[in-house]
Amino acid sequence: MASKLYTDDVSLVVVLLDVNPFFWGGALKKTTTTTTNSPSVLSFSNFLNHVLPFLNSILLLNQLNQVVVIASGANTCGYIYDSSETNTSEAGVGGSGRMPDLCERVLGSLEEFVVNDQRTGWGADPTAANAASGMLSGSLSLALCYIQRVVRGGLLHPQPRILCVQGSPDGPEQYVAVMNSIFSAQRSMVPIDSCVIGVQHSAFLQQASYITGGVYLKPQQLDGLFQYLSMVFATDLHSRNFIQLPKPVGVDFRASCFCHKKTIDMGYVCSVCLSIFCKQHKKCSTCGSEFNHPHLEPISTSEQK
Amino acid sequence: MSNNNDGRRRGDEDEEDEEEEGGEVAMEAWERAYADERSWESLQEDESGLLRPIDNKAIHHAHYRRRLLLHQSASSLRIQKGLIRYLYIVIDLSRAAAETDFRPSRMAVVAKCVEAFIKEFFDQNPLSHVGIVIIKDGIAQRLTDLGGSPELQIKALMGKLECSGDSSLQNALDLVHGFLNQSPSYGHREVLILYSALSTCDPGDIMETIEKCKKSKIRCSVVGLSAEIYICKHLCEETGGEYSVALDESHFKELLLEHAPPPPALAEYAIANLIKMGFPQRGAEGVISLCSCHKEAKFGGGYTCPRCKARVCELPTECRICGLTLVSSPHLARSYHHLFPIMPFDEMQHALPGNLSQKQPQTCFGCRQSLSHGSTSGLYVSCPNCSQYFCLDCDIYIHESLHNCPGCESLRNTKAVDAMKT
Ligand SMILES: [Zn+2]
Ligand SMILES: [Zn+2]
Ligand SMILES: [Zn+2]
Ligand SMILES: [Zn+2]
Ligand SMILES: [Zn+2]
Ligand SMILES: [Zn+2]
Repeated sequence: MASKLYTDDVSLVVVLLDVNPFFWGGALKKTTTTTTNSPSVLSFSNFLNHVLPFLNSILLLNQLNQVVVIASGANTCGYIYDSSETNTSEAGVGGSGRMPDLCERVLGSLEEFVVNDQRTGWGADPTAANAASGMLSGSLSLALCYIQRVVRGGLLHPQPRILCVQGSPDGPEQYVAVMNSIFSAQRSMVPIDSCVIGVQHSAFLQQASYITGGVYLKPQQLDGLFQYLSMVFATDLHSRNFIQLPKPVGVDFRASCFCHKKTIDMGYVCSVCLSIFCKQHKKCSTCGSEFNHPHLEPISTSEQK
Repeated sequence: MSNNNDGRRRGDEDEEDEEEEGGEVAMEAWERAYADERSWESLQEDESGLLRPIDNKAIHHAHYRRRLLLHQSASSLRIQKGLIRYLYIVIDLSRAAAETDFRPSRMAVVAKCVEAFIKEFFDQNPLSHVGIVIIKDGIAQRLTDLGGSPELQIKALMGKLECSGDSSLQNALDLVHGFLNQSPSYGHREVLILYSALSTCDPGDIMETIEKCKKSKIRCSVVGLSAEIYICKHLCEETGGEYSVALDESHFKELLLEHAPPPPALAEYAIANLIKMGFPQRGAEGVISLCSCHKEAKFGGGYTCPRCKARVCELPTECRICGLTLVSSPHLARSYHHLFPIMPFDEMQHALPGNLSQKQPQTCFGCRQSLSHGSTSGLYVSCPNCSQYFCLDCDIYIHESLHNCPGCESLRNTKAVDAMKT
């Protein structure tokens, strides 16, 4: 009977929430300055008003569904909610429906997380340029570890997937780590869905969704975020075969150079170790090979004899 | 008491039980209990003489540690070299390939194995190129150009499966030498000859040809299907290749697939080079555009050259318009974990439940599993860099598949790490 319950439409959704104050602070500034209620800007509390009912709706779709939330802030990322823990420890205590319980727990641990996140960054330079970027590599790694644990638990487990709700720009310095996570997700057949709420497209998430077979979406109207989330991302993997999902908008395959962590669409690749550089070097900083014969378009720089 | 124990065991091995139920339905339930479950083997005596289930996890983890440390010491010195290879597969389709000592025939076996080989080759060498040459009626003939598309190569070969006449090693080497000599010097030039015949019918002195290949740094390897031949062995020895002779079908496949991973490159064979490359964007689905490779309108997909904005259908390729080498950046990124391996984690041991010190970590940082329940041995690990604690399962997953430390990645920068420690 148990095997009957765990059909292909039972889901484990690991949601990566962007709570980076640099992003939300910027969004808030825009709302106050533009004064018109521009649909492309959302305040953080409004954002939660869209996301929390969505999380709850996943739990309501199937009694066996499981939701895990990982927050990613300015300096750290970490778990803030796990629906399976709620069920075991507080069964019967808050018996009157799950909605208030979920909200309370998410908001409670979110507050704790933000305070810790801020304290962690105390010693760090607050003006550091990369603090504004998302922490995709860390939150993806955590999500994948969690999913591995559930998958290890036996043949009867919910179908795992990752949903990444991100507004902050990509951090090019995380390129290698993010790609490693994407390939690991691909190998374990875990799709990475992306919902981008920032101004710009995310090259990381476009690649992640493309490679793992997930859905990439950048909603036009952020004030309808709940609708986008529930129409596109609430559907379990099996049912996706039968619905018309948003068409991919293309994939930005730009890489980051190893020397300056800059995002580039053209560069120089070491033929020995495949490291990418944005300009010509005499020696590969990764593997130490020396380049004797600059191939293709030797640019006469001062470095060359 | 025994009931309780039994229930716990079943819980632990749920996965295995499932598999067994699927596979062996014919056996009676009582037989299965003895034949498959071997419940006595998973018990051991503890210090006080009580029976306990064996901690498979700890044993499994110990094996993994040994693997990891071995690998660490072996690979720290050499970074995977020579990932860009230019390889011609030379297939002998002379009379001898029709023999049926391999079932259904040598030729059919070769074709089937080459298909598997080409797929494996591109998996392991994403930037490499393969071409196919056949020998037939004493003449060598190029079937396909050096290219990056496995499907095209396989299709071309399947259309040409007929054999007749003599075989000529020299003709084949001369032809391949001509093509490989034009390939960029940063790549490895290789020839892999699948030789069925027992003789070679050459127009001139093959030793000169071998010398020529040696000069051009073309590594020649031969997999024979009949018996060992002196000239093949000599060729491989001279050019630094490998010579092997297959005993049967499966042995042949094995020998062939050994050529898929990059050969241990000798430094003199590859000249390190910086290659200018473009990382094209993939076009949106459902958009019609003209491609520069087939010169026709295509619906959706396709890639755009970042320099001249021409549209190409497949990667990797060279832009037809501006000549830029175009690759898919994820293809390059697949091997980066070799370049930046994560350090092995330090092994730690939980103190006995008796003396509770407050410094004991409760849960795994990666998967939030309780560290004390994960393994009866109380083992867990800690990352030397970020000092976060992980369970043994996560340790294996992190080092063998993820290649990131979730702890290190969860902190913005080293300053933040220091702030955490204090
Ligand atoms: Zn650079
Ligand atoms: Zn290098
Ligand atoms: Zn085309
Ligand atoms: Zn071009
Ligand atoms: Zn763990
Ligand atoms: Zn670490």
